[in-house]
Amino acid sequence: MNQSTAAPVLSARALSKTYRMGEVTVRALRDVDLELRAGELLVLLGASGSGKSTLLNILGGLDVATSGTVQYREHRLDQFDGDGLTEYRREHVGFVFQFYNLIPSLTARENVALVTDIASDAMSPDEALALVGLESRLDHFPSQLSGGEQQRVAIARAVAKRPDLLFCDEPTGALDAQTGKLVLNVLDKVNRDTGTTIAIITHNAAIGGLGDTVLRMSSGEIVERNTNKQRASVDDIQW
Amino acid sequence: MTALSRKLARELWKLKGQIISIALVVATGIMTVVTMRGSYDSLVDAQQSYYRQTRFADVWAPLKRAPDTLRDRIQTLPGVAAVDTRVTLFATLDLPGLDAPAQARLVSLPEHGRPALNDIRIRSGRYLAPGAASEVLISENFAAARSLRPGDSLRAVINGRARDLDIVGIAISPEHTYAVPPGALYPDDKRYGILWMSRKVLGPAYNMDGAFNEALVALSPDANPQAVLSRINSLLDTYGGLGAYLRKDQPSHQILQSELDSNKVMGTAIPAVFLGVAAFLLNLVLSRLIATQRTEIAVLKAFGYRNREVGLHYLLFAMAAVVVGAVVGAGAGIMLGRAYVNFYGEYFDFPSLGYHLSPLLLAIAILVSVIAAGGGALMAVRRAVALAPAEAMRPEPPARFKPGWLERSGLVRWLPSSGRMVLRNMQRKPVQSLLSSLGVAFSVAILVIGLFMFDGVQFMMDLQFRVIQREDLSASFDEPRTASARHDFQNLAGVTRVEPYRSAPARLISGPLAQETAIQGLEPEGRLRRIVSDTGGVHPVPVEGVVLSAILADKLRVRVGDRLDVQILEGRRRTARIPVAGVVHDFLGVSAYMSREALQRLVGGPELISGAYLSVTNDELGAVKRTMKKLPAVAGVASPGTMLASFQSQLADSLFIAVAFLLGFACVIAVAVIYNGARISLSERGRELASLRVMGFRRREVSVLLLGEQALITLLAIPLGWTLGYGLSFLVTSAMQSDTYRIPFIVSARTYAISAAIIIAAAAASAALVHRRINNLDLISVLKTRE
Repeated sequence: MNQSTAAPVLSARALSKTYRMGEVTVRALRDVDLELRAGELLVLLGASGSGKSTLLNILGGLDVATSGTVQYREHRLDQFDGDGLTEYRREHVGFVFQFYNLIPSLTARENVALVTDIASDAMSPDEALALVGLESRLDHFPSQLSGGEQQRVAIARAVAKRPDLLFCDEPTGALDAQTGKLVLNVLDKVNRDTGTTIAIITHNAAIGGLGDTVLRMSSGEIVERNTNKQRASVDDIQW
Repeated sequence: MTALSRKLARELWKLKGQIISIALVVATGIMTVVTMRGSYDSLVDAQQSYYRQTRFADVWAPLKRAPDTLRDRIQTLPGVAAVDTRVTLFATLDLPGLDAPAQARLVSLPEHGRPALNDIRIRSGRYLAPGAASEVLISENFAAARSLRPGDSLRAVINGRARDLDIVGIAISPEHTYAVPPGALYPDDKRYGILWMSRKVLGPAYNMDGAFNEALVALSPDANPQAVLSRINSLLDTYGGLGAYLRKDQPSHQILQSELDSNKVMGTAIPAVFLGVAAFLLNLVLSRLIATQRTEIAVLKAFGYRNREVGLHYLLFAMAAVVVGAVVGAGAGIMLGRAYVNFYGEYFDFPSLGYHLSPLLLAIAILVSVIAAGGGALMAVRRAVALAPAEAMRPEPPARFKPGWLERSGLVRWLPSSGRMVLRNMQRKPVQSLLSSLGVAFSVAILVIGLFMFDGVQFMMDLQFRVIQREDLSASFDEPRTASARHDFQNLAGVTRVEPYRSAPARLISGPLAQETAIQGLEPEGRLRRIVSDTGGVHPVPVEGVVLSAILADKLRVRVGDRLDVQILEGRRRTARIPVAGVVHDFLGVSAYMSREALQRLVGGPELISGAYLSVTNDELGAVKRTMKKLPAVAGVASPGTMLASFQSQLADSLFIAVAFLLGFACVIAVAVIYNGARISLSERGRELASLRVMGFRRREVSVLLLGEQALITLLAIPLGWTLGYGLSFLVTSAMQSDTYRIPFIVSARTYAISAAIIIAAAAASAALVHRRINNLDLISVLKTRE
């Protein structure tokens, strides 16, 4: 795949975000420019507090920027109201969170169904769970699953609706290395097999090798951009 | 079934304890309305249909004696739609097994056909046969109390002559739904009954052949009742008219109406307060419960669920509790309503009394619950969806702690760290703490409302039977007797004191306002009967002038020092202008008192007495009663002891049952609210408490943090609840005042103590349940899943 010639699916220009924490004003993002192309796997690196989660939340329509523009295909996300952003997330975006955020009262299959119920062109929950290797754990509740399994359910839930964009916030952050690799393998496979555009944020630099593009953030700014000619295999990376 | 519906079902199941307790609050609110208001509506329906079916009169006009021909003249008066006349008198009954004589009111019935007005209904046996002189119908309650059946006979002393009567039927009449012996306050079915006899027999027996001593009138729809009343009065004046009165002053109707009026309050004001409190608590509890779901709401939003889908999800959550509550509340309310109405059936004698629930009433009660629950749920969801999902998914930012009054007061140095944490937490969220406290306070308040009615009744009973009626026996003559009759009593062995009294029917006139009543002539130095106010204060019997009940004085718009025209409605029917010597605030509001001597001067003629109050030694009480039974002149003997017993078994029953219902409802609401409050606090603060446990806090110390706050909220709520309860009770009392009586507004220390004790017990039980959950906090999973 040649991402550099593909059209950008999502582009951000001069994004800034400031918020108040008690009596302190925090500038979480300063003039960030970014493009995501169809089928690309983007890795966003940075220490905690560097602004990467804030950036991902804005790109995913979970939060709004203080200034700047975000364009998704022909739509200006920064001009959307809450309902517009809901529709954007509903139709086009999948999320994987560090702490999975599964609904504890629903089984693996039902957690995925929560999303497929409202999507127009979804795979079946069983299919999505098979994609992440959990076909044998369909009827388990989150409390009966290991951390890695829970995260894979979360990934299945995110990809089941065949999103254009998949945003993963520290998907391996709560997992040990072995389980983390399993999860990364699933994300890599989803990207290669379905062509889903993925953005992964992590503070783990080793994961950078997996991406087509690797950005490094610090103090709310992108301080480094790299392109991998050849994406590394999950088995090759070490941490 | 969508995944979201499954989530709903599972979470409802998981939170079943809380859902059930919320449902109980809803159920109780609805139940109060359905039981109390439903019963009231059913009673009023039964009353109205009974009155219609029996052609219940609008006006009663008792008089000395008038020829039957006068009936046509009354008929021609403007405003009169129908007239009936009859003969009625009191008689003594000789019944086995009673110390004191029983008394009966004899009422004539036409020999052929039915009365045009005030018809009766035969419950068993048959109507009087024409020409059968000894046949009699008796009132149902009396028959039941004395185990009399058709075929039995009894002996009555009519106009001084004993007569054996055969009972052929048992009947009821709206005129005697509530059969109160003359001079008594409450029915006494063992000792007082109604006997219906043929006019052909009763007339000659009472020297009323071709004459009548009571006229009944039905008004035409457009009649002016007061105008008709004065026309009848002036027509009957020459025939010894004793003052016509309207249905609203008819004793049975009046008491029934008072009962219905107090039921109306029980059926309106109290359910409204309960439903309102339930709605408030429902709103509070659901909004807090849903606020704890902030993160899940954010996750649903992150996946693209729309606000209205999220809102609907939680609305359904709230509605589940309302539906359970409504079903339970309506079902139980209807059952209780039936039981309640059945109870009244024994008491009121309505022929067609059955519990009917109006669908509109149920719909209103449910609608109020739905709006309260839905409002609470949606408000919480609104707050949660207003945040960007990214923000809502983060735990709430650490609260801003600033040194507050706690630090400034220096109090903090004296507190252990757990105490500081409890107080700081409340100081940080003053609104939430206040609302929680208010929730518990309302529970205290409805307990106070439930309990204070006992206080009022207790107070009234104490006053009536220990302060006002201090005699051991009271005897009333069939008609006024010479004052020397007192000696007949004085000479009885065991009688230690005799206080004769005089009672005379009179019309009190102040300008255009007039009111009929009986003036009581008391001994100025009397010890057995005095003029007593509602606070127990004794008002002296005036040498000159009249002392009026406050309600009567208000009706006539007179004050102390004003003058009244008094027309005596017996003997020479003299009129005089006398001063109002005093106004006394009492509960039964139509009394007028004078000194016996002054009343005697007003009436004129020889000195007569109507009866006497007696002190009797305990040993001789039975013997004195037996002797009195044999005195032909004595029409009635009453003792406060038997009146108290009959009061307790009848009127008090109805109030106690209502109050017991309310108290049960109040307890359910109180426990449900407190339990829910503690559970929600636990889920709001579970993470914080688990962190403390990880840091090495002991279970007990963590419990102290959470339960300490609950305890403080409960303690703050109690005085607040007392205040609210006092205010609401006052409103309820004000709503209960009627024309004829007032309910005393008393909230006793016992009521405050019991309400607080119930709340503290409920709080302790909830604390025990929550404490178990604190012990089982899953430390690892709590810390693992969120930062």
